[in-house]
Amino acid sequence: MPKTGLWHAYRLRWKRRRFLFRIWRKRKELSLSTDRTAQISPDAILAFSTVRNEIVRLPHFLAYYRKLGINHFLFVDNGSDDGTAAFLAEQPDVSLWTTTHSYRLSRFGMDWLGWLQWQYGNKHWCLTVDADELLTYPECENRDLRALTSWLDERGEASFGALLLELYPKGPLQSATYVPGDDPTKTLGWFDPDNYRNQVHPYYHNLWIQGGVRERVFFANEPARAPTLNKTPLVRWSWRYVYVSSTHQILPTRLHDVFDLEGDSKVSGALLHTKFLPIVGAKSAEELTRGQHFQNTALYQDYHRRLTENPDLWHEGSCRYEGPAQLVELGLMSKGRWV
Amino acid sequence: MSLGVIMLVHTAFDRAEQMVRHWAAAACPVVVHVDSNVPDATYDAFMRSVADLADVRFCARHRCEWGTWGLVAASQEAATVLLEDFPDVQHAFLASGACLPLRSIADLIGYLKAQPDTDFIESATTADVPWTVGGLDRERFTLRFPFAWKKHRRLFDWFVKLQQILGYRRNIPEGIRPHMGSQWWCLTRQTLDAILQDPNRDTYDAYFRKVWIPDESYYQTLTRLHTRKVESRSLTLAKFDYQGKPHIFFDDHAELLQRSKSFVARKIWRDADQLYQMFPLPSDPLGAAEEPNSGAVDRVFSQAVERRTLGRAGLYMQSRYPSIDRQTNVAAAPYAVLQGLSDVFPDFQPWLTRQTGAQVHGHLFAKDRAHFADDSDVYRGGLSDNARLRDYNGKMFLTNLIWNGRDEHHCFQFGPADTQDICWTLAKDTNASIWVVSGAWSIPLFSSGRSASDIRAEAARLQRIEDKFLKVLRSPDARARINIMTLAQFIEAPMDVLQTIIDEIAGHRGNALKEVPKMADLTGLPDFLQDLKNQGMHPFLTGDITVGNTQAPKPISRRKPYVISTK
Repeated sequence: MPKTGLWHAYRLRWKRRRFLFRIWRKRKELSLSTDRTAQISPDAILAFSTVRNEIVRLPHFLAYYRKLGINHFLFVDNGSDDGTAAFLAEQPDVSLWTTTHSYRLSRFGMDWLGWLQWQYGNKHWCLTVDADELLTYPECENRDLRALTSWLDERGEASFGALLLELYPKGPLQSATYVPGDDPTKTLGWFDPDNYRNQVHPYYHNLWIQGGVRERVFFANEPARAPTLNKTPLVRWSWRYVYVSSTHQILPTRLHDVFDLEGDSKVSGALLHTKFLPIVGAKSAEELTRGQHFQNTALYQDYHRRLTENPDLWHEGSCRYEGPAQLVELGLMSKGRWV
Repeated sequence: MSLGVIMLVHTAFDRAEQMVRHWAAAACPVVVHVDSNVPDATYDAFMRSVADLADVRFCARHRCEWGTWGLVAASQEAATVLLEDFPDVQHAFLASGACLPLRSIADLIGYLKAQPDTDFIESATTADVPWTVGGLDRERFTLRFPFAWKKHRRLFDWFVKLQQILGYRRNIPEGIRPHMGSQWWCLTRQTLDAILQDPNRDTYDAYFRKVWIPDESYYQTLTRLHTRKVESRSLTLAKFDYQGKPHIFFDDHAELLQRSKSFVARKIWRDADQLYQMFPLPSDPLGAAEEPNSGAVDRVFSQAVERRTLGRAGLYMQSRYPSIDRQTNVAAAPYAVLQGLSDVFPDFQPWLTRQTGAQVHGHLFAKDRAHFADDSDVYRGGLSDNARLRDYNGKMFLTNLIWNGRDEHHCFQFGPADTQDICWTLAKDTNASIWVVSGAWSIPLFSSGRSASDIRAEAARLQRIEDKFLKVLRSPDARARINIMTLAQFIEAPMDVLQTIIDEIAGHRGNALKEVPKMADLTGLPDFLQDLKNQGMHPFLTGDITVGNTQAPKPISRRKPYVISTK
């Protein structure tokens, strides 16, 4: 049974304050590298992201989100050694901070981004995504983020939910080819259309979705540990807000109100997850030694080890990715009232 | 110069300028009202941007807040200027900066010229039309609303409730009958002039000033006093969702707008460049007299609303998670749960597939793995056969399976040897059709050839589980279509039951049974059951199995003579 009541609300409030304090405490881990925040206009839509060695993905990432209507990017570079920082510093609409502190101890970057959001995000629509996540939503070819956010504003909605949809290639992961700047959905053309399990999270009251290809292939025997796929990446920020665990959960919990319990459906999107680009093997090999991902690193060793073994994730029921309209048709995202 | 435009603007001034130019290019004089909340600098810049146009006027500014008198005051102000400064104007058209002419304005002028005495204003009495959202229709005219709905929602609601409890009613001024409708109208000079010059205008204004959302009722009501001919419809295409919020048109609506043949549409998204480039369409001499037809638009929007409220049952996703307790449909489509039949007929699954063409699964909820129809590891949609994964959330496993294959009818076998967590979900789902042959679990035990004393404990366990399931099915909360029969009843006339199941699964395509499944050999079953009884384990769920009713493994149905049951 979900926890409710005044006492629970009070505890969550203190939890949120503790997170805010933690964010404030960790602020000194960041050092400013390139500051273009003066460009941020009062109605700018901002993107926040922590990156490490993402030179392969970033050219397309930036182009994609610029086209979607992001006005300014705020990046934290966590000790890249492949030129990511230099690449980002050159971009005209990017502000960059760097740190070499522990990603895991920063709640997977959320403390760092939290500090930036606290400073720059207040009253802005803020998109918080990883470099391997591309946001898509119904009609996103015709309607940019400004159209979406003003519509949400008009309805008094302060958050927008999205399903993390994992894309993978046909055949072994390493045999796919990808040139930086290309659309990764061309390389990773496939996804699992319908094996997502939902439940209401008993503590934070978000809709907790698990499933997808990673669960099917790597976590079938430990479903409770399967990756969480619900996200609330787009939020009309207030300095009082904090993300709890990645963008899966946020406080205050009313921002989880992105789904409907009565049979209605709200508007929602999908985050195309391009984790399985050919570089995933090398990244997983590095992760095995670094141990900076997931709460309980030892438990995920096996998962990373298997990723270095070049598996094939494709199966006969896989669906070829065709675009947002297809995802609406399949019921993976919804137009809601945004006709 | 027969058509004049009143334009209310409060934002997106670049687009407003574009619209002013469209109207001006068709030789329509435009009187612009700019919300007094807009900073003077912005206002001045906007004025300068259209300074080159001769027939554009700016009127005194009022504060326009949604649902308040300011909007009516603004249109009154602008209308007065329009009628005074442009004596040739025969029709006045109320538009906003986000109203985009779709057809050529010349077409609109021609259309109005053909009907010089007609007022186009949507106007219906509140008593007859339950349009409004939120329960305030008649009460808009009889209560007082001192608190802004947008800013002080609670206070607003509380005050409404208070007045309802106290039975407070305002008096409606004599001579008027409240009407309501879209706030976007096109009135004749004669009517508009009569409204503005009405000797009782002060009384009416004082009354409507305190009415809730007066811009939807002021002109709509007063037009009825002065008009020669009312067409109760708006020439402006505007769609509202069920919360009363306007739908916004984007680039992807271009084709829809074109098909609507409407003269003007709103609200247009300010960055919908494609729409702003495409419309207004060039004048079309052939279609100039064509009536607007917003049917297509209505259909698309109401379909979307229906799909949202009624459709997509059985879908559980990021933004839709109806709670199981509040709905009767759990899965997306009808499906059948068959308990015991595959025990009576060992080849039941392939036989049923041949008969119906449905997706006939094995024991989906078996302890070892999910036995899908095609016996694959990963079923459609990426559903894994892993039992742990399935049992982690059995309900979602089932809804995913049905949602994903909702183009086909699904059936699956169930039994007391399977995981039972799904029981309540099945029983509560109106889409489920559950057929139970109780006690059929005794047949595989009997066929195993082991002695009654060996399997006594197992038989007792299965019976206990099945009995629990039957209790669930018989509970008042069970909403599925449920058929329960004992093994003894079933083997009396199995063909009747099979025919009914097949008719139900295959619908009208179900033909008379051409082929009968082979029943397990039941010779000796009565003795076996008696043995169990002698061991102290009474298999009460099987019914009364006697030598007599197990002797005919290929029974002939007497009630349905068309059934051919020879093999």
